Amino acid sequence: MSEKIKSSEITPEGVYLNRRNFIRAGLLAGTAAATTVTYRLFNPQAVTETTGEAVDIPSTKPAQYSPPDEKANTFEEITNYNNFYEFATDKSSVASKARKFVTRPWTVEVNGLVQKPRVFDIDDLLRFEQEERTYRFRCVEAWSMVIPWTGFPLKSLLDQVEPLGNAKYVAFETFYDPNQMQSSFSAGIDFPYVEGLRMDEAMHPLTILATGLYGKLMPNQNGAPIRLVVPWKYGFKSIKSIAKITLTDVEPPATWNLSAPDEYGFYSNVNPDVNHPRWSQATERRIGETGRRDTFLFNGYADEVAHLYAGMDLKKYF
Amino acid sequence: MQDVKFHKVLISVNALIPLAFLAYDGYRGALGANPIEFFLRTTGVLTLVFLLITLLITPLRKTFGWNALIKFRRMLGLYSFFYACVHLVTYSIFDKSLDIAAIVGDVWQRPFIAVGMLAFLMLVPLAVTSTNGMVKRLGGKNWARLHKLSYLIAVLGVIHFWMIVKSDVFYPALFGLVLAILLGFRLITGYAGKTGSPVVAKK
Repeated sequence: MSEKIKSSEITPEGVYLNRRNFIRAGLLAGTAAATTVTYRLFNPQAVTETTGEAVDIPSTKPAQYSPPDEKANTFEEITNYNNFYEFATDKSSVASKARKFVTRPWTVEVNGLVQKPRVFDIDDLLRFEQEERTYRFRCVEAWSMVIPWTGFPLKSLLDQVEPLGNAKYVAFETFYDPNQMQSSFSAGIDFPYVEGLRMDEAMHPLTILATGLYGKLMPNQNGAPIRLVVPWKYGFKSIKSIAKITLTDVEPPATWNLSAPDEYGFYSNVNPDVNHPRWSQATERRIGETGRRDTFLFNGYADEVAHLYAGMDLKKYF
Repeated sequence: MQDVKFHKVLISVNALIPLAFLAYDGYRGALGANPIEFFLRTTGVLTLVFLLITLLITPLRKTFGWNALIKFRRMLGLYSFFYACVHLVTYSIFDKSLDIAAIVGDVWQRPFIAVGMLAFLMLVPLAVTSTNGMVKRLGGKNWARLHKLSYLIAVLGVIHFWMIVKSDVFYPALFGLVLAILLGFRLITGYAGKTGSPVVAKK
Protein backbone atom coordinates (compact mmCIF):
# COMPACT_ATOMS: atom_id res chain seq x y z
CA MET A 1 0.00 0.00 0.00
CA SER A 2 1.58 3.16 -1.03
CA GLU A 3 0.26 6.58 -0.45
CA LYS A 4 1.02 9.09 -2.98
CA ILE A 5 2.82 12.09 -1.63
CA LYS A 6 1.13 15.22 -2.75
CA SER A 7 3.44 17.46 -4.66
CA SER A 8 2.62 20.24 -2.22
CA GLU A 9 4.16 18.15 0.61
CA ILE A 10 7.49 17.69 -1.08
CA THR A 11 9.96 20.08 0.37
CA PRO A 12 11.19 22.37 -2.31
CA GLU A 13 14.86 21.85 -3.01
CA GLY A 14 15.78 25.36 -1.94
CA VAL A 15 14.17 24.93 1.46
CA TYR A 16 15.76 21.51 1.86
CA LEU A 17 19.22 22.89 1.15
CA ASN A 18 18.61 25.80 3.46
CA ARG A 19 17.57 23.49 6.22
CA ARG A 20 20.56 21.30 5.63
CA ASN A 21 22.87 24.28 5.72
CA PHE A 22 21.15 25.43 8.84
CA ILE A 23 21.74 22.06 10.50
CA ARG A 24 25.34 22.06 9.34
CA ALA A 25 25.95 25.51 10.71
CA GLY A 26 24.38 24.39 13.97
CA LEU A 27 26.57 21.29 14.13
CA LEU A 28 29.68 23.30 13.45
CA ALA A 29 28.85 25.94 16.02
CA GLY A 30 27.67 23.39 18.58
CA THR A 31 30.67 21.10 18.40
CA ALA A 32 33.08 24.04 18.22
CA ALA A 33 31.50 25.47 21.37
CA ALA A 34 31.74 22.09 23.11
CA THR A 35 35.39 21.70 22.11
CA THR A 36 36.12 25.23 23.29
CA VAL A 37 34.47 24.65 26.65
CA THR A 38 36.32 21.35 27.07
CA TYR A 39 39.63 22.97 26.21
CA ARG A 40 39.07 25.83 28.65
CA LEU A 41 37.89 23.43 31.34
CA PHE A 42 41.19 21.59 31.26
CA ASN A 43 43.27 24.71 30.69
CA PRO A 44 41.79 27.44 32.87
CA GLN A 45 43.11 30.95 32.44
CA ALA A 46 45.57 32.17 35.06
CA VAL A 47 44.10 34.09 37.94
CA THR A 48 45.88 37.40 38.12
CA GLU A 49 45.99 38.47 41.70
CA THR A 50 48.39 41.32 41.93
CA THR A 51 47.93 41.77 45.64
CA GLY A 52 47.97 39.35 48.49
CA GLU A 53 47.41 41.05 51.80
CA ALA A 54 49.27 44.18 50.93
CA VAL A 55 51.03 44.64 54.22
CA ASP A 56 54.42 46.21 53.96
CA ILE A 57 57.29 44.89 55.98
CA PRO A 58 59.72 47.66 56.75
CA SER A 59 63.14 46.64 55.59
CA THR A 60 65.44 47.94 58.23
CA LYS A 61 68.57 46.41 56.77
CA PRO A 62 70.16 46.93 53.38
CA ALA A 63 69.59 44.07 50.94
CA GLN A 64 72.32 41.45 50.98
CA TYR A 65 73.44 38.78 48.55
CA SER A 66 71.31 40.09 45.70
CA PRO A 67 72.57 38.61 42.45
CA PRO A 68 74.09 41.65 40.72
CA ASP A 69 72.81 41.79 37.17
CA GLU A 70 69.74 39.65 37.40
CA LYS A 71 66.24 40.98 37.11
CA ALA A 72 63.66 39.72 39.56
CA ASN A 73 60.65 37.88 38.20
CA THR A 74 57.33 39.67 38.33
CA PHE A 75 54.97 39.30 41.26
CA GLU A 76 52.49 37.76 38.87
CA GLU A 77 54.96 35.08 37.73
CA ILE A 78 56.06 34.28 41.26
CA THR A 79 52.50 33.93 42.53
CA ASN A 80 51.00 31.95 39.65
CA TYR A 81 53.48 29.14 39.18
CA ASN A 82 53.87 27.22 42.40
CA ASN A 83 54.60 23.73 43.56
CA PHE A 84 52.49 23.28 46.69
CA TYR A 85 51.13 19.75 46.46
CA GLU A 86 48.89 20.14 49.50
CA PHE A 87 46.71 22.40 47.37
CA ALA A 88 47.21 21.12 43.84
CA THR A 89 49.77 19.28 41.78
CA ASP A 90 49.30 21.65 38.86
CA LYS A 91 51.52 24.70 39.33
CA SER A 92 49.08 27.11 37.78
CA SER A 93 46.12 26.12 39.97
CA VAL A 94 47.79 26.49 43.36
CA ALA A 95 47.04 30.22 43.52
CA SER A 96 43.29 29.77 43.25
CA LYS A 97 43.17 26.63 45.42
CA ALA A 98 45.12 28.33 48.22
CA ARG A 99 43.16 31.57 48.22
CA LYS A 100 41.11 30.75 51.31
CA PHE A 101 43.97 29.25 53.30
CA VAL A 102 43.80 30.61 56.88
CA THR A 103 47.23 31.68 58.11
CA ARG A 104 46.26 33.59 61.23
CA PRO A 105 46.44 32.65 64.03
CA TRP A 106 49.63 30.73 63.30
CA THR A 107 52.25 29.22 65.52
CA VAL A 108 55.59 27.58 64.90
CA GLU A 109 56.68 25.09 67.50
CA VAL A 110 60.43 24.83 67.95
CA ASN A 111 61.69 21.96 70.08
CA GLY A 112 63.91 18.90 70.18
CA LEU A 113 67.54 19.21 71.15
CA VAL A 114 67.35 22.78 72.38
CA GLN A 115 67.85 24.52 75.69
CA LYS A 116 64.70 26.61 75.44
CA PRO A 117 61.91 25.00 73.44
CA ARG A 118 59.33 27.56 72.46
CA VAL A 119 56.16 28.14 70.48
CA PHE A 120 56.45 31.23 68.33
CA ASP A 121 53.41 33.14 67.25
CA ILE A 122 53.51 34.59 63.75
CA ASP A 123 53.61 38.06 65.27
CA ASP A 124 56.69 37.05 67.28
CA LEU A 125 58.28 35.90 64.05
CA LEU A 126 57.45 39.13 62.27
CA ARG A 127 59.24 40.99 65.05
CA PHE A 128 62.60 39.49 64.06
CA GLU A 129 64.54 42.07 62.13
CA GLN A 130 63.22 41.62 58.58
CA GLU A 131 65.42 42.21 55.58
CA GLU A 132 65.20 41.86 51.84
CA ARG A 133 67.00 38.98 50.15
CA THR A 134 66.78 38.66 46.38
CA TYR A 135 67.76 35.11 45.55
CA ARG A 136 67.89 32.87 42.53
CA PHE A 137 65.39 30.06 42.97
CA ARG A 138 66.04 26.84 41.09
CA CYS A 139 63.38 24.15 40.90
CA VAL A 140 64.40 20.52 40.38
CA GLU A 141 62.05 20.60 37.38
CA ALA A 142 64.69 22.72 35.62
CA TRP A 143 62.96 26.08 35.76
CA SER A 144 64.14 29.02 37.79
CA MET A 145 63.17 32.46 39.00
CA VAL A 146 64.72 35.40 40.82
CA ILE A 147 62.64 36.27 43.88
CA PRO A 148 62.88 39.29 46.19
CA TRP A 149 62.08 37.64 49.52
CA THR A 150 61.72 39.37 52.84
CA GLY A 151 62.55 37.50 56.00
CA PHE A 152 65.31 36.86 58.51
CA PRO A 153 68.13 34.34 58.94
CA LEU A 154 67.03 31.00 60.38
CA LYS A 155 70.07 31.34 62.64
CA SER A 156 68.41 34.23 64.50
CA LEU A 157 65.53 31.98 65.45
CA LEU A 158 67.72 29.00 66.36
CA ASP A 159 69.93 31.21 68.51
CA GLN A 160 66.90 32.10 70.62
CA VAL A 161 66.09 28.47 71.43
CA GLU A 162 69.76 27.65 72.09
CA PRO A 163 70.56 24.38 70.29
CA LEU A 164 72.26 21.70 72.40
CA GLY A 165 75.70 20.48 71.49
CA ASN A 166 74.40 17.18 70.16
CA ALA A 167 71.93 18.79 67.73
CA LYS A 168 73.16 17.88 64.25
CA TYR A 169 70.12 18.40 62.07
CA VAL A 170 67.06 20.60 61.83
CA ALA A 171 63.78 18.96 60.82
CA PHE A 172 60.87 20.97 59.42
CA GLU A 173 57.21 20.14 59.02
CA THR A 174 54.53 21.89 56.96
CA PHE A 175 51.16 22.62 58.49
CA TYR A 176 48.61 20.15 57.19
CA ASP A 177 44.84 20.46 57.33
CA PRO A 178 43.09 18.24 54.80
CA ASN A 179 39.98 20.38 55.06
CA GLN A 180 41.81 23.44 53.82
CA MET A 181 44.29 21.62 51.65
CA GLN A 182 42.25 19.53 49.33
CA SER A 183 45.01 18.20 47.20
CA SER A 184 44.33 15.80 44.44
CA PHE A 185 43.83 12.36 46.00
CA SER A 186 46.54 11.18 43.67
CA ALA A 187 49.20 13.70 44.73
CA GLY A 188 51.48 10.73 45.27
CA ILE A 189 53.41 12.05 48.27
CA ASP A 190 52.60 11.78 51.97
CA PHE A 191 51.50 14.73 54.08
CA PRO A 192 52.46 16.53 56.20
CA TYR A 193 55.39 17.55 54.05
CA VAL A 194 58.71 17.25 55.87
CA GLU A 195 62.22 18.47 55.12
CA GLY A 196 65.56 18.76 56.83
CA LEU A 197 68.90 20.52 56.87
CA ARG A 198 72.22 19.77 58.43
CA MET A 199 72.97 22.09 61.36
CA ASP A 200 75.68 24.04 59.51
CA GLU A 201 73.36 24.51 56.52
CA ALA A 202 70.63 25.77 58.81
CA MET A 203 72.97 28.23 60.52
CA HIS A 204 74.41 29.54 57.24
CA PRO A 205 73.69 33.24 56.72
CA LEU A 206 72.10 32.57 53.31
CA THR A 207 69.43 30.36 54.89
CA ILE A 208 66.38 32.42 55.76
CA LEU A 209 62.88 32.09 57.05
CA ALA A 210 60.90 34.18 54.57
CA THR A 211 57.76 35.98 55.66
CA GLY A 212 57.06 37.83 52.45
CA LEU A 213 58.08 38.75 48.94
CA TYR A 214 58.12 42.03 47.09
CA GLY A 215 57.72 43.69 50.47
CA LYS A 216 54.33 42.13 51.08
CA LEU A 217 53.32 39.39 53.47
CA MET A 218 53.83 35.95 51.98
CA PRO A 219 51.08 35.04 49.51
CA ASN A 220 49.32 31.78 50.47
CA GLN A 221 50.50 29.93 47.37
CA ASN A 222 54.13 30.74 48.14
CA GLY A 223 54.01 29.25 51.63
CA ALA A 224 52.30 31.73 53.93
CA PRO A 225 52.87 32.84 56.54
CA ILE A 226 56.45 31.63 56.91
CA ARG A 227 58.66 29.38 54.84
CA LEU A 228 62.24 28.31 54.51
CA VAL A 229 64.45 29.57 51.67
CA VAL A 230 67.74 27.80 50.98
CA PRO A 231 68.88 29.31 47.69
CA TRP A 232 71.64 26.85 46.82
CA LYS A 233 69.34 23.83 46.98
CA TYR A 234 66.50 22.71 44.72
CA GLY A 235 63.25 24.47 45.56
CA PHE A 236 61.56 21.52 47.24
CA LYS A 237 64.03 21.80 50.14
CA SER A 238 62.61 25.25 50.91
CA ILE A 239 59.62 23.95 52.83
CA LYS A 240 56.48 26.09 52.95
CA SER A 241 53.97 27.09 55.64
CA ILE A 242 56.09 25.79 58.50
CA ALA A 243 54.35 24.53 61.65
CA LYS A 244 57.16 22.68 63.40
CA ILE A 245 60.91 22.87 63.68
CA THR A 246 62.72 20.11 65.55
CA LEU A 247 66.43 19.83 66.25
CA THR A 248 67.69 16.26 66.15
CA ASP A 249 70.84 14.18 66.10
CA VAL A 250 69.73 11.95 63.20
CA GLU A 251 69.18 12.84 59.56
CA PRO A 252 65.51 13.79 59.36
CA PRO A 253 63.16 12.38 56.72
CA ALA A 254 62.48 14.52 53.64
CA THR A 255 59.29 14.08 51.64
CA TRP A 256 60.64 13.81 48.08
CA ASN A 257 63.59 11.78 49.24
CA LEU A 258 61.16 9.30 50.81
CA SER A 259 59.09 9.14 47.63
CA ALA A 260 62.02 8.57 45.23
CA PRO A 261 65.40 8.28 47.01
CA ASP A 262 67.30 7.68 43.79
CA GLU A 263 65.97 10.91 42.28
CA TYR A 264 65.95 13.33 45.21
CA GLY A 265 68.81 13.17 47.67
CA PHE A 266 68.77 14.52 51.22
CA TYR A 267 71.16 17.30 50.25
CA SER A 268 69.66 18.17 46.88
CA ASN A 269 72.19 20.89 46.25
CA VAL A 270 71.78 22.44 42.81
CA ASN A 271 74.35 20.59 40.72
CA PRO A 272 74.51 20.64 36.92
CA ASP A 273 76.65 17.51 36.96
CA VAL A 274 74.21 15.27 38.77
CA ASN A 275 71.81 13.98 36.17
CA HIS A 276 68.14 13.49 36.85
CA PRO A 277 66.11 10.89 34.93
CA ARG A 278 63.50 13.49 33.94
CA TRP A 279 65.16 16.86 33.73
CA SER A 280 68.54 17.88 32.53
CA GLN A 281 70.08 19.71 35.47
CA ALA A 282 72.79 21.18 33.25
CA THR A 283 70.47 23.93 32.05
CA GLU A 284 67.34 25.67 33.24
CA ARG A 285 64.56 27.81 31.86
CA ARG A 286 64.31 31.13 33.63
CA ILE A 287 60.62 31.93 33.88
CA GLY A 288 59.97 34.76 31.44
CA GLU A 289 62.59 33.56 28.97
CA THR A 290 62.13 31.16 26.08
CA GLY A 291 65.64 29.78 25.77
CA ARG A 292 67.63 27.95 28.42
CA ARG A 293 70.56 29.11 30.49
CA ASP A 294 73.34 27.16 32.13
CA THR A 295 72.80 25.98 35.69
CA PHE A 296 75.58 26.73 38.15
CA LEU A 297 76.90 24.55 40.94
CA PHE A 298 75.11 25.47 44.17
CA ASN A 299 72.87 27.68 42.03
CA GLY A 300 75.66 30.25 41.75
CA TYR A 301 76.28 30.44 45.52
CA ALA A 302 79.42 28.27 45.49
CA ASP A 303 81.59 31.04 46.97
CA GLU A 304 79.35 31.19 50.00
CA VAL A 305 78.52 27.52 50.58
CA ALA A 306 81.01 25.20 48.84
CA HIS A 307 83.07 24.93 52.03
CA LEU A 308 80.15 23.21 53.78
CA TYR A 309 80.70 20.20 51.55
CA ALA A 310 84.48 20.12 51.40
CA GLY A 311 85.72 16.58 50.92
CA MET A 312 82.26 15.21 50.18
CA ASP A 313 81.54 13.37 46.96
CA LEU A 314 78.69 15.49 45.63
CA LYS A 315 77.67 12.79 43.19
CA LYS A 316 77.21 10.35 46.04
CA TYR A 317 75.66 12.83 48.44
CA PHE A 318 73.45 14.47 45.83
CA MET B 1 29.30 11.85 -0.10
CA GLN B 2 28.54 15.50 0.53
CA ASP B 3 28.05 14.62 4.17
CA VAL B 4 31.37 12.84 4.45
CA LYS B 5 32.99 15.98 3.16
CA PHE B 6 31.11 18.11 5.64
CA HIS B 7 31.92 15.79 8.52
CA LYS B 8 35.59 15.98 7.62
CA VAL B 9 35.36 19.75 7.81
CA LEU B 10 33.58 19.36 11.14
CA ILE B 11 36.35 17.15 12.52
CA SER B 12 39.09 19.43 11.22
CA VAL B 13 37.56 22.52 12.73
CA ASN B 14 37.29 20.83 16.12
CA ALA B 15 40.72 19.25 15.85
CA LEU B 16 42.32 22.61 15.19
CA ILE B 17 40.49 24.58 17.88
CA PRO B 18 43.07 23.62 20.56
CA LEU B 19 45.86 24.75 18.25
CA ALA B 20 44.03 28.02 17.65
CA PHE B 21 43.75 28.57 21.39
CA LEU B 22 47.41 27.71 21.92
CA ALA B 23 48.36 30.23 19.24
CA TYR B 24 45.96 32.91 20.46
CA ASP B 25 46.85 32.51 24.15
CA GLY B 26 50.51 32.38 23.23
CA TYR B 27 50.21 35.57 21.20
CA ARG B 28 48.59 37.48 24.04
CA GLY B 29 50.92 35.95 26.64
CA ALA B 30 48.21 33.97 28.42
CA LEU B 31 49.84 30.54 28.50
CA GLY B 32 50.96 30.99 32.10
CA ALA B 33 54.36 31.60 33.65
CA ASN B 34 56.04 28.81 31.69
CA PRO B 35 54.42 28.97 28.25
CA ILE B 36 56.79 26.49 26.65
CA GLU B 37 56.13 23.83 29.24
CA PHE B 38 52.40 24.44 28.79
CA PHE B 39 52.65 24.22 25.01
CA LEU B 40 54.67 21.01 25.25
CA ARG B 41 52.33 19.35 27.69
CA THR B 42 49.20 20.34 25.80
CA THR B 43 50.43 19.20 22.39
CA GLY B 44 51.57 15.92 23.95
CA VAL B 45 48.18 15.35 25.53
CA LEU B 46 46.46 16.21 22.23
CA THR B 47 48.63 13.64 20.43
CA LEU B 48 47.40 11.00 22.86
CA VAL B 49 43.79 12.18 22.69
CA PHE B 50 43.70 11.85 18.91
CA LEU B 51 45.50 8.53 19.02
CA LEU B 52 42.90 7.17 21.43
CA ILE B 53 40.02 8.56 19.35
CA THR B 54 41.57 6.84 16.32
CA LEU B 55 41.70 3.57 18.24
CA LEU B 56 38.08 4.07 19.28
CA ILE B 57 36.78 3.81 15.71
CA THR B 58 37.04 0.02 15.39
CA PRO B 59 35.29 -0.76 18.70
CA LEU B 60 32.49 1.64 17.76
CA ARG B 61 32.07 0.01 14.36
CA LYS B 62 32.09 -3.51 15.75
CA THR B 63 29.81 -2.72 18.66
CA PHE B 64 27.27 -0.42 17.08
CA GLY B 65 27.77 -1.13 13.41
CA TRP B 66 28.71 2.49 12.73
CA ASN B 67 30.78 1.51 9.75
CA ALA B 68 30.75 4.95 8.20
CA LEU B 69 33.17 6.09 10.92
CA ILE B 70 35.98 4.30 9.09
CA LYS B 71 35.99 7.17 6.63
CA PHE B 72 37.35 9.49 9.32
CA ARG B 73 39.92 7.23 10.93
CA ARG B 74 42.85 8.20 8.72
CA MET B 75 42.16 11.86 9.32
CA LEU B 76 42.04 11.38 13.10
CA GLY B 77 45.27 9.42 13.01
CA LEU B 78 46.91 12.18 11.00
CA TYR B 79 45.81 14.79 13.53
CA SER B 80 47.53 12.72 16.20
CA PHE B 81 50.65 12.74 14.03
CA PHE B 82 50.27 16.46 13.44
CA TYR B 83 50.21 17.25 17.17
CA ALA B 84 53.10 14.85 17.73
CA CYS B 85 55.10 16.84 15.16
CA VAL B 86 54.25 20.15 16.84
CA HIS B 87 55.22 18.58 20.19
CA LEU B 88 58.57 17.35 18.89
CA VAL B 89 59.37 20.58 17.04
CA THR B 90 58.58 22.65 20.16
CA TYR B 91 60.87 20.46 22.23
CA SER B 92 63.65 20.54 19.63
CA ILE B 93 63.59 24.33 19.22
CA PHE B 94 62.83 25.64 22.69
CA ASP B 95 64.23 22.92 24.92
CA LYS B 96 67.19 21.90 22.81
CA SER B 97 67.83 24.91 20.53
CA LEU B 98 67.94 22.48 17.58
CA ASP B 99 71.16 21.04 18.94
CA ILE B 100 71.17 17.48 17.61
CA ALA B 101 73.92 16.38 20.01
CA ALA B 102 71.87 17.67 22.95
CA ILE B 103 68.78 15.83 21.69
CA VAL B 104 70.72 12.58 21.33
CA GLY B 105 72.15 13.11 24.82
CA ASP B 106 68.64 13.65 26.16
CA VAL B 107 67.37 10.45 24.53
CA TRP B 108 70.30 8.61 26.03
CA GLN B 109 70.04 10.05 29.54
CA ARG B 110 66.31 10.37 29.99
CA PRO B 111 64.26 7.21 29.49
CA PHE B 112 60.99 9.10 29.08
CA ILE B 113 62.40 11.00 26.12
CA ALA B 114 63.69 7.77 24.57
CA VAL B 115 60.22 6.26 24.90
CA GLY B 116 58.56 9.31 23.37
CA MET B 117 61.05 9.47 20.55
CA LEU B 118 60.55 5.79 19.78
CA ALA B 119 56.80 6.30 19.66
CA PHE B 120 57.24 9.23 17.29
CA LEU B 121 59.59 7.30 15.01
CA MET B 122 56.97 4.57 14.74
CA LEU B 123 54.27 7.10 13.93
CA VAL B 124 56.19 8.30 10.89
CA PRO B 125 55.79 5.16 8.74
CA LEU B 126 52.11 5.05 9.63
CA ALA B 127 51.62 8.62 8.47
CA VAL B 128 53.65 7.99 5.32
CA THR B 129 51.61 4.92 4.43
CA SER B 130 48.28 6.55 5.12
CA THR B 131 47.60 7.52 1.51
CA ASN B 132 45.39 5.49 -0.81
CA GLY B 133 48.34 4.88 -3.10
CA MET B 134 50.41 3.44 -0.28
CA VAL B 135 47.58 1.18 0.85
CA LYS B 136 47.40 -0.21 -2.69
CA ARG B 137 51.14 -0.58 -2.96
CA LEU B 138 51.44 -2.43 0.34
CA GLY B 139 48.35 -4.50 -0.13
CA GLY B 140 45.54 -4.41 2.41
CA LYS B 141 46.92 -7.20 4.59
CA ASN B 142 50.40 -5.82 4.91
CA TRP B 143 49.04 -2.35 5.45
CA ALA B 144 46.83 -3.56 8.26
CA ARG B 145 49.65 -5.49 9.84
CA LEU B 146 51.93 -2.44 9.75
CA HIS B 147 49.25 -0.21 11.23
CA LYS B 148 48.85 -2.49 14.23
CA LEU B 149 51.93 -0.58 15.38
CA SER B 150 49.47 2.06 16.52
CA TYR B 151 48.70 -0.13 19.57
CA LEU B 152 52.33 -0.15 20.60
CA ILE B 153 52.66 3.57 19.88
CA ALA B 154 49.72 4.32 22.15
CA VAL B 155 51.19 2.18 24.93
CA LEU B 156 54.53 3.98 24.58
CA GLY B 157 52.72 7.32 24.53
CA VAL B 158 50.99 6.60 27.84
CA ILE B 159 54.26 5.36 29.37
CA HIS B 160 56.01 8.53 28.15
CA PHE B 161 53.33 10.65 29.87
CA TRP B 162 53.49 8.53 33.03
CA MET B 163 57.25 8.89 33.30
CA ILE B 164 57.37 12.68 33.08
CA VAL B 165 54.87 13.08 35.89
CA LYS B 166 56.55 13.59 39.26
CA SER B 167 54.08 11.86 41.54
CA ASP B 168 50.50 12.68 40.59
CA VAL B 169 49.72 10.00 38.02
CA PHE B 170 46.00 10.73 37.73
CA TYR B 171 45.96 11.81 34.09
CA PRO B 172 48.43 9.25 32.77
CA ALA B 173 46.45 6.59 34.64
CA LEU B 174 43.23 7.85 33.05
CA PHE B 175 44.75 7.63 29.57
CA GLY B 176 46.12 4.20 30.47
CA LEU B 177 42.69 3.02 31.55
CA VAL B 178 41.03 4.19 28.34
CA LEU B 179 43.78 2.58 26.29
CA ALA B 180 43.44 -0.66 28.25
CA ILE B 181 39.72 -0.72 27.46
CA LEU B 182 40.34 -0.04 23.78
CA LEU B 183 43.01 -2.71 23.49
CA GLY B 184 41.09 -5.08 25.76
CA PHE B 185 38.15 -4.88 23.37
CA ARG B 186 40.37 -6.10 20.58
CA LEU B 187 41.74 -8.95 22.69
CA ILE B 188 38.30 -10.09 23.75
CA THR B 189 36.78 -9.91 20.29
CA GLY B 190 39.86 -11.56 18.83
CA TYR B 191 40.25 -8.57 16.56
CA ALA B 192 43.88 -7.90 17.28
CA GLY B 193 44.99 -11.05 15.50
CA LYS B 194 42.89 -10.50 12.41
CA THR B 195 43.79 -8.10 9.70
CA GLY B 196 42.20 -4.73 9.99
CA SER B 197 40.55 -2.65 7.41
CA PRO B 198 42.38 -0.17 5.28
CA VAL B 199 40.02 2.10 3.49
CA VAL B 200 40.64 3.25 0.01
CA ALA B 201 38.39 6.08 -0.94
CA LYS B 202 36.24 5.21 -3.89
CA LYS B 203 36.88 7.14 -7.00
